[in-house]
Amino acid sequence: MNLIIISAIWGVVMMFSGLFISSRTAAKNIALIGALLLLAGNLFDLSGEMLLNSDFKGMLLYDRFSLLFLTVAVISLIVYFLLSSKDILVVGNHPYEYFALIFFIMCGVGLVALFNNLLILFIGIEIISIPLYILTGSDKRNLKSNEAALKYFLMGSFSTGIFLLGIAFIFGATGSFSIDSLTLVPEGLLQVFLITGIVFVLIALSFKVSAAPFHFWTPDVYDGAPTVFTSFMATIVKAALFVGFLNLFLNAFAGHYEKWRLSVAIIIALTLFIGNITAVFQQSVKRMLAYSSIAQAGFMMFSVFAINDMARQGMLLYAAAYSLATIGIFSVLIKMKDFTFDGFNGFAKKQPLLAFVLTVCLLSLAGIPLTAGFFAKYFVLAAAVKTGIYLWLVIFAVVMAAISVYYYFRIIQAMYFKDGEGQDIEITPFYKGVMLTVAALIILLGVLPSSLLNWLVLY
Amino acid sequence: MIALLLILVPMIGGIGLFFLKGEKAAKSVSLFVASVALGLMIAALTNQDPSVINFHAQWLPQLGSSFALKMDGMSKILCLLTTLAYPIIFISTSKNQYTSPNSFYGLMLLAQAGILGVFLAADGLLFYFFWELALIPVYFLCSKWGGERRISVTFKFFIYTFLGSLLMLVGLLYLYYQTPDASFSMQSLYDVKLTTGQQAWLFWLFFIAFAIKMPVFPFHTWQPDTYEESPTAVTMVLSALMVKMGLFAVVRWLIPLFPAAAVQFDNVVIGLSVIGMVYASILAMQQDDIKRLIAYSSIAHIGLMSAALFVNNESGLQGAMIQFFSHGVNVLGMWIVVDLIEQQFGTRKMSELGGLAHKAPTLSILLVVVALANVALPLTNAFIGEFLMFNGLFKFNVWYAAAGGLSIILSAVYTLRMIQKVFYGNSNSLTANATDISAAAKIGLGVIVIAIFVMGVYPKPVFALVSDTVNSLLGIYK
Repeated sequence: MNLIIISAIWGVVMMFSGLFISSRTAAKNIALIGALLLLAGNLFDLSGEMLLNSDFKGMLLYDRFSLLFLTVAVISLIVYFLLSSKDILVVGNHPYEYFALIFFIMCGVGLVALFNNLLILFIGIEIISIPLYILTGSDKRNLKSNEAALKYFLMGSFSTGIFLLGIAFIFGATGSFSIDSLTLVPEGLLQVFLITGIVFVLIALSFKVSAAPFHFWTPDVYDGAPTVFTSFMATIVKAALFVGFLNLFLNAFAGHYEKWRLSVAIIIALTLFIGNITAVFQQSVKRMLAYSSIAQAGFMMFSVFAINDMARQGMLLYAAAYSLATIGIFSVLIKMKDFTFDGFNGFAKKQPLLAFVLTVCLLSLAGIPLTAGFFAKYFVLAAAVKTGIYLWLVIFAVVMAAISVYYYFRIIQAMYFKDGEGQDIEITPFYKGVMLTVAALIILLGVLPSSLLNWLVLY
Repeated sequence: MIALLLILVPMIGGIGLFFLKGEKAAKSVSLFVASVALGLMIAALTNQDPSVINFHAQWLPQLGSSFALKMDGMSKILCLLTTLAYPIIFISTSKNQYTSPNSFYGLMLLAQAGILGVFLAADGLLFYFFWELALIPVYFLCSKWGGERRISVTFKFFIYTFLGSLLMLVGLLYLYYQTPDASFSMQSLYDVKLTTGQQAWLFWLFFIAFAIKMPVFPFHTWQPDTYEESPTAVTMVLSALMVKMGLFAVVRWLIPLFPAAAVQFDNVVIGLSVIGMVYASILAMQQDDIKRLIAYSSIAHIGLMSAALFVNNESGLQGAMIQFFSHGVNVLGMWIVVDLIEQQFGTRKMSELGGLAHKAPTLSILLVVVALANVALPLTNAFIGEFLMFNGLFKFNVWYAAAGGLSIILSAVYTLRMIQKVFYGNSNSLTANATDISAAAKIGLGVIVIAIFVMGVYPKPVFALVSDTVNSLLGIYK
């Protein structure tokens, strides 16, 4: 609760600071203070100390998993600010507004993670989406940015409509928006309504998390949006939507598992296939990362497919591993002029430390042991194996994981093994320190995932 | 405890080397670390108390995985091979120059830590961890310091083996959920009761991973290219040590986990291995590049070992395990010679060499001994192993033994032809000013030649070491 309140307030604070403070660089410091406040609020949430100790008549549900996910999200946000807030300042003329929008999105993230009512989920997703449309188009003199924003808006509102329709069907079948009452299975014709509703919700949420075949907006939007916002929407936002996705299907629709599991399995297979195969053919690292985020969505979908305790742990680890690594890679990419793979040639000679951190991030995305990405993949796949059905899907997934090595390692090859000058990029020792911390976190989670997961069972 | 130190010493040494400056320092520190590991290994061999050697600690209790290391007879043989090979590699290639030598030697030691981890792990997940970890440093070594086509070749190698290990991971996960106590420990996994159908497809998930690593025909295509393009010091690690990971894993994991499937598919596996032996031998005869020749001959030797592991009799298993060690020693010797030739003349093509015997007599004598061991002449170490393996294969099916025997004849053909072309005949402009080998190379090759003869004449200590593994494996089959 604290997190939702603080983020909403801080969004307003940011907007008003823009009116009264003329210094542009002050924006990032105020934003960082806000992010730290969010973390503090979230930690109080975890220990049960809330500003408003109410669940709003069952609208919100404070379970440990969701709160802990929010911790991961806020820590990722802090890392994101530390690494990239300078780059947010130079996107356009309204730095304070950009940060304000990010805080509003964090409010939506909180709602999506903690909802216990379909309406809250809907509102949360909208609170996330609308600022994202604006951020995508924030580079307003750039045609690609405009195109991306329009595309995203049109497609996004369309999927929102489908989502609403799904909720209406579900309401028609059960007479309630509350998750708790959805677990009752209605009889006869009403059951058809419920299943139809579930299918619509599944489609809409798959769109939001960019799962195939609803992924077509993703590459264009990720490519067109200012890189610094791509980093944000591909990581924290996507992970949050997945948590909402998982919570909904786990808490509300688990009773109809047989009805929807095949659809989810097919979506996973398609997402993995399209994401990985298309990523192989990209020449721009930014577009490759867009497709890789589709591919990673396929793996995160496994937790929705499995819906067991293992799946929740996997989702949590995946959110941490994927967000940290992707934010790290993007923060370097933003600083480069050349976004092609060749732009990384000889990077290791120029920036040995950054090259090492990038390598750790890429190994983590590829799921190599000793990095967080390995255990993330391990948990979601183990969760799927645990269900005991569709083992072909898991085998297919690991084949796709092997393919993903191809495009992640192209960057490593360019950095270490290919000759080149290496681009000049400006970095401060502070930036290096943060990057090193990111690498250390990834390795820590890769050796001892329990350092995060133990918090799930404490108290 | 010693098992843990065996992994930790090269790992810490390897990481430490990255922060070191200077070529001399890198070389001496790496040699020192490798010698410490060898010393630890000797301590483990002389110590009979398993509580001193083995190690067990909590790692991931909620996953049922622990940091468990266990050394049985076969692990001892292979750890000894690994710890012995590293100082030899470092000494005999000490003249070679590398750009950023500290990273090179650091990665070499990290690879050693990974390989030793594979040989020692007594926990399924830990095994998988080390299995992958051994690969990463080798990938960087080959791609950074290799030949012209290094990047694409090692990439193929990496993706191939990575795919194999991921398939194994799926199998491992499935197996894990069948254990009654939800544990990855070796004993719990062994105790799982599986139906024949389950065993059959799990067998293949595991076997493909191991077959790619060995490599067994038709999964071998990465191997000749990778051996050729890697710097020779890394090729030594690959062919003497890393291929043993696949063979080792068959003995420690595959057969005990799926004994019924191992019997069910014995003909397929042995058939593939024998095809690989003959096929690789024929290809070896066509090669002009010495490195490729040895690479193909290595496939043939590995084929015989993988066939012998599935014959399900004492002779075959014993022979294979002895050959693990012998093949490692012999192929190391071959690579050292190749490296010496390449460093001196800048070429590995047999057609461009010749007449070395006059100019470099010591090298020639040592090479002839190693080469004869490679074709398994009596009195050399390989004879013992190959004789036993053929005996086992003969008992299993005469025709396999006959076809495999063909590859032994062919191996004599290409090995002797290589000796003839490189060392005899007339010297040419390239080899006219050849000099004999340095003291360091003499030490390295000398140790290998001694090992060849000692094991060839008195193999009993090795038999004693592996007898417990052989017996427990035969017990599982029954």
